[in-house]
Order: sequence, then structure tokens, then C-alpha cells
Amino acid sequence: MGLDIRIPLGVMFTLLGLLLAGFGFFSDPAIYQRSLGIDVNLWWGLVLLAFGTVMLGFGWRAAHRTH
Amino acid sequence: MHLSEIDWVVMGVYFAFVLGVGYTLRRYVKTSTDYFLSGRSIPAWVAGLAFLSANLGAQEVIGMAASGAKYGMATSHFYWVGAIPAMVFLAIFMMPFYYGSQARSVPEYLKMRFDEKTRGLNAISFATMTVFSSGISMYAMGLLLNLLLGWDFDTSVWLSAGIVLAYILLGGLTSAIYNEVLQFFLIVAGFAPLVFLGLKDLGGWQGLSARLAHVATSQGFAPQAWSSTWHQMGDATSNPMGVEWFGVVMGLGFVLSFGYWCTDFLVIQRAMAAHSMSAARRTPLIAAVPKMLFPFLVIVPGMIAIASSLRTGASGFVLPHKADGTLNYDLSIPMMLSHYFPHGILGLGLTALLASFMSGMAGNVTAFNTVWTYDIYQAYIHRGASDHHYLTMGRVATVFGIGLSVAAAYVANHFNNIMDMLQLLFAFVNAPLFATFLLGMFWKRATGHGAFAGLLSGTAAAALHHGLTLPRGSVPGIKGGWLALLHAYPSEMAQNFWTAIWAFSVCLVVTVAVSLITRPRAEKDLVGLVYSLTPRLRDADQAWYTRPAVLGAGVLAATLLLNLLFW
Repeated sequence: MGLDIRIPLGVMFTLLGLLLAGFGFFSDPAIYQRSLGIDVNLWWGLVLLAFGTVMLGFGWRAAHRTH
Repeated sequence: MHLSEIDWVVMGVYFAFVLGVGYTLRRYVKTSTDYFLSGRSIPAWVAGLAFLSANLGAQEVIGMAASGAKYGMATSHFYWVGAIPAMVFLAIFMMPFYYGSQARSVPEYLKMRFDEKTRGLNAISFATMTVFSSGISMYAMGLLLNLLLGWDFDTSVWLSAGIVLAYILLGGLTSAIYNEVLQFFLIVAGFAPLVFLGLKDLGGWQGLSARLAHVATSQGFAPQAWSSTWHQMGDATSNPMGVEWFGVVMGLGFVLSFGYWCTDFLVIQRAMAAHSMSAARRTPLIAAVPKMLFPFLVIVPGMIAIASSLRTGASGFVLPHKADGTLNYDLSIPMMLSHYFPHGILGLGLTALLASFMSGMAGNVTAFNTVWTYDIYQAYIHRGASDHHYLTMGRVATVFGIGLSVAAAYVANHFNNIMDMLQLLFAFVNAPLFATFLLGMFWKRATGHGAFAGLLSGTAAAALHHGLTLPRGSVPGIKGGWLALLHAYPSEMAQNFWTAIWAFSVCLVVTVAVSLITRPRAEKDLVGLVYSLTPRLRDADQAWYTRPAVLGAGVLAATLLLNLLFW
């Protein structure tokens, strides 16, 4: 129906992934004491980024096939 | 809990997308079918995730974690027994009639199969229920956000109601479904790292089980009572739920679960919006795959919270107490969020929580506006108007549906026991439903008079059973026993299961009896509505891995495996 959901889904998670990974990269390591010393922002941000890109890829491929 | 800028930004991104999706979809809504049924154009995987998400409201996420803390791993029965088998049954046996009859709602199917009064009874009770459930959900959210973030109750309620209103008003059901898909992935993204950190902290599943053994023995149960599903179900007194395996299988697994998943328009609407019969049938099966894994996302956090509460030393955290001195299990997930998540991902976790609240509310609102417009307004108030008129009515219904929910949230905030009473009443109305649909779809002799009499007597039987029994240790009143006390159950859950079993049985017997003495409908009128009179669907031309029977068998086998692994 008009809009392929994978596009907004992909853009949203790419954006969230970049935000978290970027914040994780630059933030003070001391705040990760509570997450057992793991920089969860960086690692989980990268996972979300990967998911978002894959969704965007699927969405683009589908859009190109129909046009 | 204190939030920093990055948390607000994460939350802001989510709200921008939720509204953006609604805004983009507005130009695709031209007819009432677009608005209420997404023009029957949704792909199976999208419908499937929405099917799951619509049910994933506040009560689900907060309540399941609370039950995980209270009862342990056995809470998974609500998924592996109380959902998956019914979802497979819906897909394989019932969806051909819901989708194939071209009914626009579940009450409309009842009208086609039985008669006007059966539809009316179902439509009115369902519409009332959805408005109140969404109000109760909003109330729960208002309380939680107030407690966690210090947000004002009014602000939380009006803001969330406003956002849901905006995106449904713009894009109708498609908007709700698309946002449910976003919400599904957000909930997974927000809670998966939480479970990972909690388990890692406690030393994995082994470490968690060892700690839960202390929880169990300190309350007088066998050590594995919190970490097993079936092991302690032989007897109601040997597990914290206070139920035995027969009550679980019959009450939860059969009557309550099939009654919800196979008849509730809230979830079935998502499948009805699918683009084809085969997509509609795959919808519940696709939903079943993440559904069977959800215990690890929503129940395990509760188990981690209770295990951690017993820990002494600096690294543990303790669930706060309620005013009556018991632990506040509802705070399991919020407490874990604030304990394990640093800023950044904390925003993501809170967004996941907000997303679950909104998806539950949106599900109720879209089901309400459809049933109101097609089954109440078009059927009884204004027949034969133009399609455009009903589309406008759908938008108006969205506004007053949400308005009524907000009102219900305020009623719940002021008169807590009114809501308890309403929920009890809804349980009585829902309990017999599955008997009616089962007979309607699989017994051509069942008549409208039979169905109507069966529903009323089933509801009466549920009320009567509740009035005559009581969970042990409770006082007569809202918990039961308000007529006389004939039997005491080991727990409230056992009483609920047996109320459902009685309601179903009475409805079944009365429907059959009344049907046999009333005149059946001509067989030609029932083609497409009843199993024996409908041509079988041929799946042979589909790829084998998309056939519902194959997918269904796979889903059931995987669920069985999970039960055995966590026996």
C-alpha cells in the first residue's frame, strides 16, 4: 500500500544506530560501569545500524524492481 | 530516573517517525476499506508482526515481567500453551472463513453465520471492552511514567493519546499496522540488551537458576519451582501459580487462549488486512515465531529482577515495596532499565516501553472504530449511506473512541475498583465466545438462536461460578464468593481457569441444545461460512514452505521443543 514499510524502518534504525554508536564512541567510559564495563551504546548501536542498512537495502531493491 | 539529552533525542527520533509514517500514509486513504482494512493490501510479514504487536500492550510487557518475578519460568505457559497452539489453529482452520467470507469484522462474520442479535451482542460488548482496555492501558502508563520520570499524569495521558490519535486519524489501520511494526522492532531492540546484561551479571542461565532456587526454597517450594515450566505442575500446591497441569491445559491452553486468539477482532483485524487468503493464513503463523521467543524478552527480566533482589552487596538491586509490604513486581523492567542501562541506550529502553504502550492503545482504537462504524453505526443507526460518509464516521469514531479511553483512564485513576469490576465483567463475556465460533464454523446445524442463548448462558455460568467459589485466603467480594461459598481454589489463577472452563462448557451445551430445537438455515446460505459446506483450499500450487500446514507444523514442533528444553 503506497509506502514500503522497510524504508522508514531502515531509516529509523540507521539513524538510531548512528546516534548510539556515535555517542558510545565519544562518551566517558566511566558511565559503562553499570553495564558491566561493556560500551553497550557503541556495540548495540552498530547492531541497530546493520539492521537498518539491511532493511533499507531490501526496500531499495524492491522499489527498483517495480519501476 | 534522570534522563540526559541523548535519551531525549532517541525518544524524539521515534516520535518523529511514528508521526511521519501517519503523515505519509494520509494520501493513500480514499475509501472506508482503506481506512478500516488497509484496502486488504498488507504483505504477510507486516501483518504478522502487527498481529503480535497489537497484543503487546502495557499489560503484556509490565504484567509478564511481574509474573516472571512472581511465578518464574512457568509464566511461559501463557505463550507456549496459551498462545501458539491457538494461533496455529486460527491460521489453518479458521482464517479461511474469516478472510474467505469477506466479512469486514469478527462481529460481521457472526451476522453472516448466525443472525443480527448475535452480532449486536458481540459488537456492543467488544466495542465497550476495547475502549476500557485502552483506558486502563493509558492509566497504567500514566502511573508508571509518573513514578519513573516524574512526569505529570495528565501530560502522559494526553500526550500519548494525542500522538496515537494523530497517526490513526491520518493513515487509519495501515498507519497503526506500520507503526506496530516499528514498535515491534523497537521493543526487541530495547529489551534484548537488557536481558543480555542481566543474565551476564548473574552468571548466565545457570547462575540465574541457582539464585532462583533460593527464591523458591525460601517460600517453601522445591528448588526448581521458579526455573521450570512443567516440572512442578503435577499438583497445585507445589508451584507458586497454584494451578495444576489440567487447569493449565484446559483452562488456559484451550478455553482462554482459543477464546482470545481465535475470536478477538483486535488481532484478527491485522490478518483480515492481508493482501490475499494465503497471506492472511500465514499472518498468525509468522507472528507465532517471535511470540514463542518473547518469554525470554519479557518474562526472564522479571526472573532476573527477583533473583537480583535477594543478592546482597553493591551490585544487586532490590525491587521496591508496595504500600502493603509486598514487593512491587510491576517495576521489574523499569528497575532493570535504570540499573543496567547507561544514558543513550537508556533512552532506547524507555522508548521501547513507550512503544509498547502505544501499540496496545492503537490496536484497541483501530478495532473500536471499525466495529463501531460497520457493526453498530451502519447496522443500527444509519444504514445505506455513501462510503465517504462511513469513512468520515470512522475518523469521528477514532476521536471519540480515544476521548472515551482518556475518560476511562481518569475513572481508573480515581475509582480503582470500578475497573476491577469491569475487567471481571469482560472476562465473563469473553469466556464462552470460543464455543460459539467453534460450533459456528464446524457444525452446520448450529443456529442463531442457539448461538445467542449459548453466549448469554455461558456468561451467566461464568458469573455464577465466580459467585460460588473463592481463591483460598481471600474475602468474598470482587474475588468471588459473593453468592455463597461452594469451593475454594488454591489460587486466583486456578479460579480464573475454571471459570472459563465452566463458561465454555455451558455455552457449548446450550448452543447445541437450542440449535437442535430451532430451525437451521438453508445450506446454500452457509457456503463459505461453515467447514463442511466450503470447498477446501488447495495449497498444492504454493511453494511447500509457504503452505500453512507446513508452517503450522514447524511452529508447533519448535514450541514443543521449547517446552522440553525448559521442562
